[in-house]
Amino acid sequence: MTTFETVIGLEVHLQLKTKTKIFCGCRNEFGHEPNTNVCPVCLGLPGTLPVLNRQVLLDGVKVGLALNCTINNFVKFDRKNYFYPDLPKGYQISQFDLPIARQGYLDIVVDGTSKRIGITRAHLEEDAGKLVHDAVNNGSLVDYNRTGTPLVEIVSEPDLRSAQEAYEYLTALKLTLSYLGVSDCDMEKGSLRCDANVSIRPVGQEKLGTKTELKNLNSFSALKRAVEFEVTRQTGVILSGGQVVQETLLWNDDQGAAVAMRSKEQAHDYRYFPEPDLVPFTLEANQVQLLREGLPELPYVKLARFMARYGLNHYDAFILVQDQGLASFFEVCVKAHADAKKVANWLIGPLMKEMNERKKSFIGMSLTPQAMVAIIQKVETGVISNVIGKEVLALVLDTGKAVDAIIEEKGLAQVSDDEALGKVVDDIIAANPAAVAEIKGGKTGAIGFLVGQALKKMQGKANPKKINEILSRRLQDV
Amino acid sequence: MVDDKTVRYIAALARLHIEAADEGKFARELEAILHYVEKLGVLDVTAVKPTSHVLDVENVFRDDAVKPGLSQEQALAFSVDKLNGSYKVPRVIE
Repeated sequence: MTTFETVIGLEVHLQLKTKTKIFCGCRNEFGHEPNTNVCPVCLGLPGTLPVLNRQVLLDGVKVGLALNCTINNFVKFDRKNYFYPDLPKGYQISQFDLPIARQGYLDIVVDGTSKRIGITRAHLEEDAGKLVHDAVNNGSLVDYNRTGTPLVEIVSEPDLRSAQEAYEYLTALKLTLSYLGVSDCDMEKGSLRCDANVSIRPVGQEKLGTKTELKNLNSFSALKRAVEFEVTRQTGVILSGGQVVQETLLWNDDQGAAVAMRSKEQAHDYRYFPEPDLVPFTLEANQVQLLREGLPELPYVKLARFMARYGLNHYDAFILVQDQGLASFFEVCVKAHADAKKVANWLIGPLMKEMNERKKSFIGMSLTPQAMVAIIQKVETGVISNVIGKEVLALVLDTGKAVDAIIEEKGLAQVSDDEALGKVVDDIIAANPAAVAEIKGGKTGAIGFLVGQALKKMQGKANPKKINEILSRRLQDV
Repeated sequence: MVDDKTVRYIAALARLHIEAADEGKFARELEAILHYVEKLGVLDVTAVKPTSHVLDVENVFRDDAVKPGLSQEQALAFSVDKLNGSYKVPRVIE
């Protein structure tokens, strides 16, 4: 039986978060009333002319550089012609033969092995409007607020060989792009969108099979499931003697199936030609060099550095670099507290738990490195217990008050006073004669139980070491 | 060679309605236009840099600054049909 190899290439659209649209001064924002962020330019009214937003070009170059691309020093825009109600001009301004960036790559790790995925190109273009089909049954509604939102389209080589590789590529791409600060990179909100070109071929065959394009992949899991579905479908078609038809399929994540797009449109022939309304653009080498130098340390470089410099394991370093703000915070904390592993544990454990509960990234948390380090030190020196430390952290985040003030106000300091603890231990011994008898009989395991009871009674505020000491002493006397 | 099939294809892409009886006429006219443009083919342009724009102007930008646009009412004033602040168009998917 023939074994097939899967071949996948991804097209990713990234919405840039510039203040204004790509070719006009309309706000580049979402959530407004329909057709309120529009002007004669983005509505494509006759006699208007587009003018490129300088920031869009600069952001596009940053994306190209982060993906190890060659930046073209001469770029132009082209018209991609098609009729659809979400495109008021009847064409989309895009880039055809002179895109802003070409021939880059991104490294991914699949099953512990590194693999380099080629990036064919990255180009600038404008987003289309939004169509709503469900509100009325005899028509579609069009909102042009999104029209003219700046996009960077990133096209990969057909280098991906499985749904898992596609998933890892998109993950690595999103993380890398998120560090540039040029986009929200939010798949749910549509600021990062993904289409997949999928084909299969017998193992060993050079020639690519007929591909289909999967659209509407709105999440990482949707990408993975859709590719798996499509590979199974194409394999079935070929094994039953049929041929794969080149078509666009719409993924339905609820149904777990892709269906051919039934559009009244016919096959596209975009008839690209140079956009006469926009002059070409040249990028000086020193300008590109400045942008290159201005790039932040990218996540995978940071990850390797965290492992080498701070001795973190891959797992911890990987989690920290997922949030650029958290990774920077980690480094500041480590300057004040040398035990990097301990700092990492506090950030990955208690702090990330608080972030998740508040549904916020680190940026949204009001926490100073001083406060974080103070909490860690208070726990180390026994002023507060580990459990109380986590409580103090939550209170710092809630109130913004100083760590010392919170510990004092709430009376959270650990009790180490012999007299006070002795009283508690006496009560516990008196209340648990059976356990005491067991210990006397040699079953020392019950000591832990008694310590636990004492800590519980003190609501976590007792120093466990002290309790242990006092308990051992008292038990000898009993 | 422009044939009737090509005429129908171009008309479809351009959303033009053409009577079957006129297809031959358009085919001949398009053919004549293409022939006319083909005359340029006799020129040797190997040393000429491809030109997408005739003006010697580059790098015209605008700053990333918000400018007031149209109100919803103004924007929709051009529409043939509208609903809930949106343009209403014939249904585009089934």
